[in-house]
Amino acid sequence: MIYFDNSATTKISPEVLATYDTVSQKIWGNPSSLHNFGEEAWNLLEQARQQVAKLFGVKASEIIFTSGGSEGDNWVIKGTAFAKRRFGKHIITTAVEHAAVRNSMAQLEELGFNVTYLPVDSEGRINPADVKAALRPDTILVSIMAVNNEIGTVQPIKEVGEILKDYPNVHYMVDAVQAIGKGLDSAIFSDRVDFATFSGHKFHAPRGTGFVYMKSGRKIAPLISGGGQERTLRSGTENTPGDVAMARAIRLVKENEQRAVQQEQAIKERIYDHLKKFDHVKIFSGRDQGFAPHILCFAIVGVRGETIVHAFEEQGIYISTTSACSSKKHAEAGTLAAMKAPENEATSAVRISLGDQNTIEEADKFNQVFDNLYAGFKKIID
Amino acid sequence: MQYTEIMVRYGELSTKGRNKKSFIDRLGTNVRHALHQFDQVKVHAQQDRLHVQLNGADYDQVMKQLKNVFGIQTFSPSIKVAKDFAAVAKAAEEMVEEQVDHPITFKIETRRSDHHFPIDTFEMNDKLGGDLLHKFPDKLKVDVHHPDLTIRVEIRLNGIFLSSETIKGAGGLPVGTAGKGMMMLSGGIDSPVAAYLGMKRGVSMEMVHFFSPPYTSPQALAKAKQLTEKLAKYCGHIKFIQVPFTEIQETVKEKVPEGYLMTIQRRMMLRLATALMEKRHGLAIFNGESLGQVASQTMESMLAIEDVTNYPVLRPVLSFDKAEIIKIAEDIDTYDLSILPYEDCCTVFTPPSPKTKPSVKKARKYEQHLDIDGLIQRSLDGVKITDIHPGEDFLNQNEDVFAELL
Repeated sequence: MIYFDNSATTKISPEVLATYDTVSQKIWGNPSSLHNFGEEAWNLLEQARQQVAKLFGVKASEIIFTSGGSEGDNWVIKGTAFAKRRFGKHIITTAVEHAAVRNSMAQLEELGFNVTYLPVDSEGRINPADVKAALRPDTILVSIMAVNNEIGTVQPIKEVGEILKDYPNVHYMVDAVQAIGKGLDSAIFSDRVDFATFSGHKFHAPRGTGFVYMKSGRKIAPLISGGGQERTLRSGTENTPGDVAMARAIRLVKENEQRAVQQEQAIKERIYDHLKKFDHVKIFSGRDQGFAPHILCFAIVGVRGETIVHAFEEQGIYISTTSACSSKKHAEAGTLAAMKAPENEATSAVRISLGDQNTIEEADKFNQVFDNLYAGFKKIID
Repeated sequence: MQYTEIMVRYGELSTKGRNKKSFIDRLGTNVRHALHQFDQVKVHAQQDRLHVQLNGADYDQVMKQLKNVFGIQTFSPSIKVAKDFAAVAKAAEEMVEEQVDHPITFKIETRRSDHHFPIDTFEMNDKLGGDLLHKFPDKLKVDVHHPDLTIRVEIRLNGIFLSSETIKGAGGLPVGTAGKGMMMLSGGIDSPVAAYLGMKRGVSMEMVHFFSPPYTSPQALAKAKQLTEKLAKYCGHIKFIQVPFTEIQETVKEKVPEGYLMTIQRRMMLRLATALMEKRHGLAIFNGESLGQVASQTMESMLAIEDVTNYPVLRPVLSFDKAEIIKIAEDIDTYDLSILPYEDCCTVFTPPSPKTKPSVKKARKYEQHLDIDGLIQRSLDGVKITDIHPGEDFLNQNEDVFAELL
């Protein structure tokens, strides 16, 4: 099997699973308990938090554990809206965000908030000048994803940060779910970013893990209230095994980052250079630094995306239509529509997303399989 | 740029007349102590300056350590070059190349202690300034009054030293020059700050911590030790003296009227601190009291409590607002520890309404029912002393085991 759907999810790594197992069996006390058995779990959890913070060069108190990317996105957006509604009800985001952001915004619109959705160019990228133009005195939040999950476009996080330096009261949130381990930290943790959201299962950590970076001094309302865990920001008994396992997964991903980025870029280029030879292939992702190394979105124009997915699946290769979260809904791809791709191209789009375990040999195998499938599809296209 | 030495300027101690030599010697010792992990580094404490020869050590790491040493006003990483103009010019050009990325103003400041060197101060300023202007016409402009960049050239017997950065040191006086003090360290926000400020004025501090198991938790003791660890970086290591207080607290609670619980407890603490002082040759007791902050911190209360000691009780944060204390606590990295919610011996048995104006007379009267000497002696018999060094972990004893899971 060749697994090219790493942006949907990744396989948990054996070392990470071993940590999860050990912590579940041996250090299973409730970190909030007063006795030393609970204290031990607390210390472990805090040590994990410190490790995460150190790996990203931030403070331990700026890391809050969550259940994943959707929770992080929902929390920062709604938490900002709850906390700052007296100061304004205007939010700026992009037309190409993940559904967790998009639908949180839609909920807030129903509650009377105003949301500006910034357009993107033909590469799926916003123009920082549009952010500046959209800012209003009542703007409370700017939310922009670091890497688009469908096309792989890297958004101008730093440039927007520069603009927002003149608007110190506006919260700046970056959905970094697709950006971890892709050599993009210096952009995400640039000094104007207030919040960044992450999801564990995208980098070989268990499902149901994630974390939010929240800059010191910023305040948002909790979404989950209760026993006051995570410094009252996110209640619910701490997921010690999950959080500790995730901290280990982050260490592994960071240690391997440089090699993985090179490898993924090489695989992507190998496939990209092959695909561009075909008349009916339209490639949406770029091959340059403006795109993440692990995502390649293309279409065999005239063949439905899901048909392409199933055809590859029969050959043991797993890819997806543009986003696993929406791929069962037959919706036209959100990002491609925003890029104004013609409908026949958008409905034909599929996504390859690479992980650090993929090899260049798999790229060659993919290209071979592609040749065969393309020859077959050509009959129905022409 | 590979710096060869760090030049350290003394603070106030330069003005201290005949004590100057002992101050400089002490600072030299403290700097050597702070830099002990760098084997190749050599420290020379001289009359006017202290020189740290790097001999290849990482200057960023060395400077990080120097920032914690009290008695240092400023320091500058410097580069040593051969005693000829071409070498000076080359090093200065490299500095500009490295540090200047947009147009700025500059000046050259030369000091010459080797008067046999053929180029004098004025000529060096002129010649080197001219050379740099010629080399970087778009980047540099001269401004001798308010330059953005000052390149210092020191012509000494053993070479010429160039520096351009001046980094602020910790200020204060070298730890140890003021003698030994006993700090009453509870675990709250104030006492670590008071200890830090005392150390900054040259006091060599020992920490006295009262603990009352099972009323106080093992975590509270670990927290006090961790706070001590945070402060140890300013002086190398600190003695942590843990004093058992359970029997005293129970007895006081049983025999003393509620309004005077706190006053008498504090008097007992001060008696214990005094006994420790005599044994350990200290000169003053320090605490973290700030006037009017809580009931025990009124002048009446201070009078009633200090009645039991002849030693000065010094309160470095006496006139600080809480917000000012918190600011320092954050700067010295003790705040996050201090707010961990473990009960310490000051918070157990707190009466609902302690007397804010206790009298010495009544305090003495209520103590008549107590076997003071016996209580003090039994407590002193249980004293345990640990030497705490920077980097030790007390709150999380399993750190190494846990590291394997991470």
